[in-house]
Amino acid sequence: MSPSIPLQEMIRAIRSARTQCEERGVIQRECAAIRAQFRQVDNGGARSHNLAKLLYVHMLGYPAHFGQMECVRMIASPRYSEKRVGYLGAMMLLDEKQDASLLITNSIKNDLAHSNQYVQSLALCTLACMGSAEMCRDLAPEIDRLLRASNSYIKKKAALCAVHIVRKVHDLGELFAPAARSLLAEKNHGVLHGAVVLITQLCERNPEALERFRKTVPDLVQIMKGLVISGYSPEHDVAGISDPFLQVRILRLLRILGRHNETASDAMNDLLAQVATNTDSTKTVGNAVLYETVLTVLDIKSESGLRVLAVNILGRFLLNNDRNIRYIAMTSLQRIVGTDHNAVQRHRGTIVDCLKDQDASVKRRALELSLALVSASNIRTMMKELLLFLSSCPPGAQSSSCQRHIPCGRKAGGDVRDETVPNLIQLITNTSELHCYTVHKLYRALLTDISQPSLVQVACWCIGEYGDLLLKGECQETEPSQVTEDDALDALETVLQSHMSSPATRGFALTATMKLSTRITENVDRIRSIVSIYGSCMDVELQQRAVEYNALFRKYDHMRAAVLERMPVIEKNSSGHTNGETAGDAVKEIQPAAVKQTGPLLPQQPANQVCDLLDLLGGSEEPLQPSTALGLPNSTSTAGGDLLDLLGGLELTPLAPAPTVPVYEKDGVSLTLICEKTSDSGMTVTLTASNSTDSDISVFTLQAAVPKSVQLHMKAPSGDFLPARGAAKVTQMVALNNPNKVNLKMRIRISYNTSQGSAYQDTVQIDSFPGL
Amino acid sequence: MQFMLLFSRQGKLRLQKWYVPLSDKEKKKITRELVQTVLARKPKMCSFLEWRDLKVVYKRYASLYFCCAIEEQDNELITLEIIHRYVELLDKYFGSVCELDIIFNFEKAYFILDEFLLGGEAQETSKKNVLKAIEQADLLQENIDFQMRLFAGVMVPNMASESSGLFQN
Repeated sequence: MSPSIPLQEMIRAIRSARTQCEERGVIQRECAAIRAQFRQVDNGGARSHNLAKLLYVHMLGYPAHFGQMECVRMIASPRYSEKRVGYLGAMMLLDEKQDASLLITNSIKNDLAHSNQYVQSLALCTLACMGSAEMCRDLAPEIDRLLRASNSYIKKKAALCAVHIVRKVHDLGELFAPAARSLLAEKNHGVLHGAVVLITQLCERNPEALERFRKTVPDLVQIMKGLVISGYSPEHDVAGISDPFLQVRILRLLRILGRHNETASDAMNDLLAQVATNTDSTKTVGNAVLYETVLTVLDIKSESGLRVLAVNILGRFLLNNDRNIRYIAMTSLQRIVGTDHNAVQRHRGTIVDCLKDQDASVKRRALELSLALVSASNIRTMMKELLLFLSSCPPGAQSSSCQRHIPCGRKAGGDVRDETVPNLIQLITNTSELHCYTVHKLYRALLTDISQPSLVQVACWCIGEYGDLLLKGECQETEPSQVTEDDALDALETVLQSHMSSPATRGFALTATMKLSTRITENVDRIRSIVSIYGSCMDVELQQRAVEYNALFRKYDHMRAAVLERMPVIEKNSSGHTNGETAGDAVKEIQPAAVKQTGPLLPQQPANQVCDLLDLLGGSEEPLQPSTALGLPNSTSTAGGDLLDLLGGLELTPLAPAPTVPVYEKDGVSLTLICEKTSDSGMTVTLTASNSTDSDISVFTLQAAVPKSVQLHMKAPSGDFLPARGAAKVTQMVALNNPNKVNLKMRIRISYNTSQGSAYQDTVQIDSFPGL
Repeated sequence: MQFMLLFSRQGKLRLQKWYVPLSDKEKKKITRELVQTVLARKPKMCSFLEWRDLKVVYKRYASLYFCCAIEEQDNELITLEIIHRYVELLDKYFGSVCELDIIFNFEKAYFILDEFLLGGEAQETSKKNVLKAIEQADLLQENIDFQMRLFAGVMVPNMASESSGLFQN
């Protein structure tokens, strides 16, 4: 049998273990020794040390259940040192779910009646910590006895033990009520504190008890007055406040007693006013008491002057440097914003300032409060602030803030400024994890109410963009609902047909319907019919869109998926005015021309609906813009040109056909090149390869190299398989940027596998680029 | 209070006191998650956070985090004071307490906590009284040990007769 090492030695040994494995080894050895020791009948004074060692090991996370019976034995021991550790072990290893816990009931009963108060205290502590309902029922009479006849040291513990018993077995509250009442006459603060906690518990559980204890209000007021007015008491003083713990508990009890009751509330009015004005608020402890006072004032039937005082205290808290105080101020204001709306409105400025705080929890509170304060009169300023806040929010916080922003948007309704729509859409694209939730929520909003243009526009856009997520049905943050393709199309059609929808909104809905054609599988025909109906619509904008979409179905169906692909994340518009950040200016009508030239594509969409119908040319770009991201030739120039092209649908061939130059010809494999200037220093080179041999060529790849100062970007090739006899070609686009205007040369390496499996490689240099 | 946890900056648990019945597995899970959450917070952030359906109040003292989970109706600011009072008690008892004291004398830290809080509520609002009680209990423990050594080999005397008169109030 290995000698048992003292507790501190073992702790040292465990801590000096360098690896997890080593630590496990030490612990296993020790546990084995401890188990052996437990099996011995009597070990002198070492038993408590062994159990202590086991408890340490348990705290590290290792299993210690074999110590449970030892705890039971130790508790029954006559030695105080063993009892102490035994009870500690019971609180750590035994909980009410363990069978062994019942075994200690008898020991506890005996110890409660022990002549030594420290032994009694151990028993009381353990019962209050882990006593099960059964144990509580068994021992309640004992506790009641101790509540009445013992010294203050035991009385205060018995009171809190009774609190635990009442929590576990509600009926036993009746048993303790009389004793609790008489405890209020005690002078000892510990006992008073315990008594107040017990009465609070009884009143919370039982309305009858509440009625009876209302009579104690004068006594409580008296005690409180004593604490507030009395001189310095060194024993209970904390930073100038006399026993703040007791004060806070009394205030809380007064709150419960004064709720819904005029008489009780009247009796405490003076006291509350006194505490509110006299308490020193420079330290946290003073603020703790003030906080509890404010909560009480706001919850009982207090007179208006007192309420104003309370809200002012909260207002002062909002300006406090300590972030904790600001946080709880906002929490409290949140509770009363429904009833004392005007009072809270006065502090709106400070609350909105808190949106800019560094701390996420403070920001969240400020956001909730701000949203609650949004009303018809302040909607403009509030929305500006809220949007600023949302755009500066980190993605994680954005999810919860967006969740609240959407109902707020619904509330704000028609009053929302025009640029909030593109802003909100931009925000939504940026929070990718929210797409599912957002589209579900907006869909539901759309079902209930289609009268608010901005909300409808955003909802349509989202349904179009994230329709696949909507139809998938499962979403973590909302209740699951099955949305069928027909449902989604019905919703969009309703918007299209409703007389409440503006032309702009209809435009959104039509585009969304079109986008859904790639997101859904079954109802494509329905979409086609919707789209073609609008081809003869009176509204020219809609008509144009419908015709173009029709053409997309008819002539360019193979490109439909690419064109209607999910939009990339939208960059913030650097020109600024579409983000609504202009300080205090009236809304600038978005200049369609200006926006066309600057960055993001999407803000143009709503802007264009809002603006002049004559900007059809600007509008017609809209379905084609996503395609530019894919490298298809830019047709802005086309749309900018011939008006008559409107009815012709998409025109995808480039205006001036560039010359095709053969650059490589060998063994049946030929490579041609088309050059096109895209900007002052940039150009696009399209390489086309074909195979005129009788056998197929596979794994056809091109690599390109250019002089140092030239920037090269190779787009994805159309494929890597060249079938025989030129049946199909492979094209690859290369974007070049030559800012220093050096003499442009390009070296291309061609590699491929023949049908026999042999690899082939060749290099060609291109020195001149026609068409430049 | 539902539970109190003390843990180091590396996430090692130094003390755990649970006032609600939970299985070992649940306790471990809660501990792990809460420790992660609190350690992830930046120094200047608010001492309060909402976690699951509880309010969590935490404060860092040197290398130790003191973390309490309180209920909806509890006052967060006074909980901060409770945490501070506990630290003061430890400081007075150990004489300028540091984390090592709590590691090597964890059972004493528990005894002090049990003399200050009972069933999750403060039982004694006077610092002096708490320290006095601990002192007396320690004396009681030592006395027994002392007497044990003196009377080694003799039957262990009855507790009642040992303590009669000396410690009764």
